[in-house]
Amino acid sequence: MSEPFDPNRWKPAPFLPEADARDPALIFVVSVLCFLACLTALFAIAGDRAAHGWAGQLTGEATVIVRARGGETPDAAAARAAEVLAGVSGVGEARALEREKAYDLIKPWLGDVRDLEDLPVPRLVAVTLDRKKPATAETLDRALKSQGLDAVVDDHRVWIKDIQRAAGLVRATAASIFLLIALAAGAVVAFATRAGLAARRDVVEVLHLTGAEDAQIANLFELRFARVAAISGTIGAVAAAALGIVLRLIGGGQGITPALPIAWVDLIAVLPCPLLAALVAAVAARLTARRLIQDL
Amino acid sequence: MRYGRGPEVLSDISLSLPRGSFHFITGPSGAGKSSLLKLIYLAARPSAGAIRLFGEDISQTSPSDWPKTRRRIGVVFQDLLLLDHLSAFDNTALPLRIAGHKAADYRGDVAELLTWVGLGARMHALPPTLAGGEKQRLAIARAVVNRPEILLADEPTGNVDHDMALRIYRLFVELNRLGTTVIIATHDQDLVARSGRPVLHLDKGRLKPLPPQGPAPIQGTAT
Repeated sequence: MSEPFDPNRWKPAPFLPEADARDPALIFVVSVLCFLACLTALFAIAGDRAAHGWAGQLTGEATVIVRARGGETPDAAAARAAEVLAGVSGVGEARALEREKAYDLIKPWLGDVRDLEDLPVPRLVAVTLDRKKPATAETLDRALKSQGLDAVVDDHRVWIKDIQRAAGLVRATAASIFLLIALAAGAVVAFATRAGLAARRDVVEVLHLTGAEDAQIANLFELRFARVAAISGTIGAVAAAALGIVLRLIGGGQGITPALPIAWVDLIAVLPCPLLAALVAAVAARLTARRLIQDL
Repeated sequence: MRYGRGPEVLSDISLSLPRGSFHFITGPSGAGKSSLLKLIYLAARPSAGAIRLFGEDISQTSPSDWPKTRRRIGVVFQDLLLLDHLSAFDNTALPLRIAGHKAADYRGDVAELLTWVGLGARMHALPPTLAGGEKQRLAIARAVVNRPEILLADEPTGNVDHDMALRIYRLFVELNRLGTTVIIATHDQDLVARSGRPVLHLDKGRLKPLPPQGPAPIQGTAT
């Protein structure tokens, strides 16, 4: 036989039933959305890092193509250009590439030609720029022209622009996907709130008619769905972090691919997920609940 | 008054109930008894006309003020509207919780009231486990627990035996004696006749006052 009811030990029960049969399905769907959102964030960070890495490498370097003029040999012209460039402010190092390297570069177009001495093959000078205050292509060009050298300076501007555009695209795409997923999560929660309100219309009606403020009732649903979303967000974040760890472990220092170098620190990106999910759910639930209560 | 685009369920209703009065509303099913009560407890709005409650024209007040007005009204709903996941004690304490009272301040009163309506041994029970009459008494306990200024009851004695009906009636009389305005919609002609209270008779949505009639009035004391 159960113990007699003792009013002095009574604690108010929650107005809404603690568990709902729909909760597991809702948790699953929101967890998947949170997982995808976290993965998007991880990939966006990794993609952004890759783009920055490439752009950084290209920014710190320039290539000068030197053509021999008059009686000067290509090697001599390249050596003179390297010497001139090394003296320009903002240049760390200038090094004329060996003849073989120049031949290697044109091999794909000309094939394995034995004697290239008769061809006016230009030489390359690799320039490492000062990272803090790099010399501009115009400065290098001026310095070379002043010494009568026939040279073209390539500061990789075109490539950098492309890479920066690609990085921007990665960021914008990731942000759009992230936003879409957040909206989808909000819509799912709004739908679930609507279904929850419909299923618990008895509670809403009784609370409404016994004098509960609209905000009081909306708060119940807001808290409930925020809690469900926080649980889902945690599940999604943990799953995404686990996948990130696996990718980092099997991919080594560069992650699974050099295009997406995942770092350990990137995993921090999944931390706000439960909070953000709860926030989106709370806002969606609040708006839906208030609108439905007003229609009562 | 009409629901949506449906036919008029109440028309040409003009009445004024003094504070502290006790009225019955009678009439056949579909006459508009429940609709009239809904207008009073602000669950429905008239399609034309005005309602004054506690000296205020409701059409002139903001809906955001209505919850405060509703807290001054206790309602025994026709379909009871008990919350199945809450115990009898929790159901009864609901209006007090909503009004923001502290549990320590009302625990004893709730227990006493439930004992008085004969549910002292069922305080922990969930409504689905209660018999029809017990549910009805629980709904009444919830309606009166915060000593409302107006008590509206829609068929409050429909599922209880004669003795319990009289007991409930006496509770209403006692509340009325303490200043609560009581309006009861009922089919129980015997109770109406024996009470000697004024009757508002509805027929096809129109009001027809009938004089009190029938046997000697029941003594209005609560036990």
